[in-house]
Amino acid sequence: MIEGEPTAIEVPTPAAILSATHIVNTRAESSTVKLCLRFFHRDIKLAFRSTGQWLNPLLFFVIVVTLFPLGIGPSPNMLATIAPGVLWVSALLAMMLSLDTVFAHDFRDGTLEQIVVSGNSLSVIVFGKVLAHWVTSGLPLVLLSPLLGLMLQLPSGTYLVLMVSLLLGTLSLSFIGAIGAALTVSINQGGVLLSLLVLPLTVPVLIFGSGAVASVALGLGASAQLSLLAAIAALSVSLAPLAISGAIRMGVAASR
Amino acid sequence: MSDSIFLLEARDIQIWRGENLIVDAVTVQVPASGIVQIQGSNGSGKTTLLRALVGLAEIDEGEVLWLGKALSRVRDEMYSTLLYLGHKPGITGGLTPYENLIALCPETVSTTKSDENLREQVLGVLAELGIADRIDLPSVALSAGQQRRVALARLKLQQAKLWVLDEPLTSLDADGQHWVRQVIESHVKAGGAVVFTTHQPIKFDEVQVSTVSLALPS
Repeated sequence: MIEGEPTAIEVPTPAAILSATHIVNTRAESSTVKLCLRFFHRDIKLAFRSTGQWLNPLLFFVIVVTLFPLGIGPSPNMLATIAPGVLWVSALLAMMLSLDTVFAHDFRDGTLEQIVVSGNSLSVIVFGKVLAHWVTSGLPLVLLSPLLGLMLQLPSGTYLVLMVSLLLGTLSLSFIGAIGAALTVSINQGGVLLSLLVLPLTVPVLIFGSGAVASVALGLGASAQLSLLAAIAALSVSLAPLAISGAIRMGVAASR
Repeated sequence: MSDSIFLLEARDIQIWRGENLIVDAVTVQVPASGIVQIQGSNGSGKTTLLRALVGLAEIDEGEVLWLGKALSRVRDEMYSTLLYLGHKPGITGGLTPYENLIALCPETVSTTKSDENLREQVLGVLAELGIADRIDLPSVALSAGQQRRVALARLKLQQAKLWVLDEPLTSLDADGQHWVRQVIESHVKAGGAVVFTTHQPIKFDEVQVSTVSLALPS
């Protein structure tokens, strides 16, 4: 099958082979933070160049929340009761909607395999990419949520908790969801599978998130729920990148 | 282990995809400096073999060795001096050629060069490839051949000992093909190694080429 001519090699040791030439490894190890920031910037830039990427989840969020008063009726008491749940479920679904684009484009054009063979730390790069995803799709939801809360007659005094819970929650959702996105990256039309994989994992976030807002609305404190949300966020932000980079390696190896 | 150590060596590797044997007991030996040409018709497993060489495809039998050590253990060592251009060019449509290139060749960036120097360097290479005027256009607006040229510009921008190229001449015109041949030749003369796949043999005048021919799986 092969006729590699047994080329005579004068240099016997591996180190000598690499340094026998003047092409030595001159690549400077880029620092971890720089590496992370480079991909963060790159993805933010890309997201703002294609308007749909950050606008779609936001519009989805607004439209779904707006539909509830229309469907249920404008009774203020009723709306105030369901508001935490509605806001949280809509935010969760909006995040899901935006997830499959995190790695899909880079996978399709070959950037992802270039990242894998670049020799840089995959989990650091992934961290930057997922953070960019959160800034472009999660953060806008957080910022817009008080306005929608007002529309749903959310009692005053709950808005800060609503925003903090969504801030922690969407951050966790980005990182947890990105694991699913990485696992389904080599599958065409992996969107449905992605939701099936990820939605069960997001249930705790939803329970504590809407629970925090609801309990403040009832006059109870939300510190327990918020602490748990913060714990989930810390755990997913720190550990998910490892799982994501493993999944990406698998996905890239499975493609042709 | 045999007497001589190769830069990269695949020993009797076998790759299955489900029921299909894609690569059957192929051995590839890449010397510290030289060209290995992997030849075969469409569907003979060239791309899969190439991906296996850089650790992007799983191997069912045999082993891949980097400087005599199992690739799975020294992957990062190899990646730190590898330039791999795959079937997909790795060019992001939403970014300009310049942004694409500095994202993919960050090593060029991190040296002491200032931004302007860097841009000049990228412009110079793109000019050689005849696409200097496209440097700030979104890459989606480029044709397949032009995108290919942007990807190939990395050959001159990135420092690497080993180049692994999948069909480097695809969608290039005669000028582009000539440029690629020249760049490969000068890389080997400078002591580098190149592995590439092709369905028609590429002629090199001054450097030695060893060829691995793949047969269609039966």
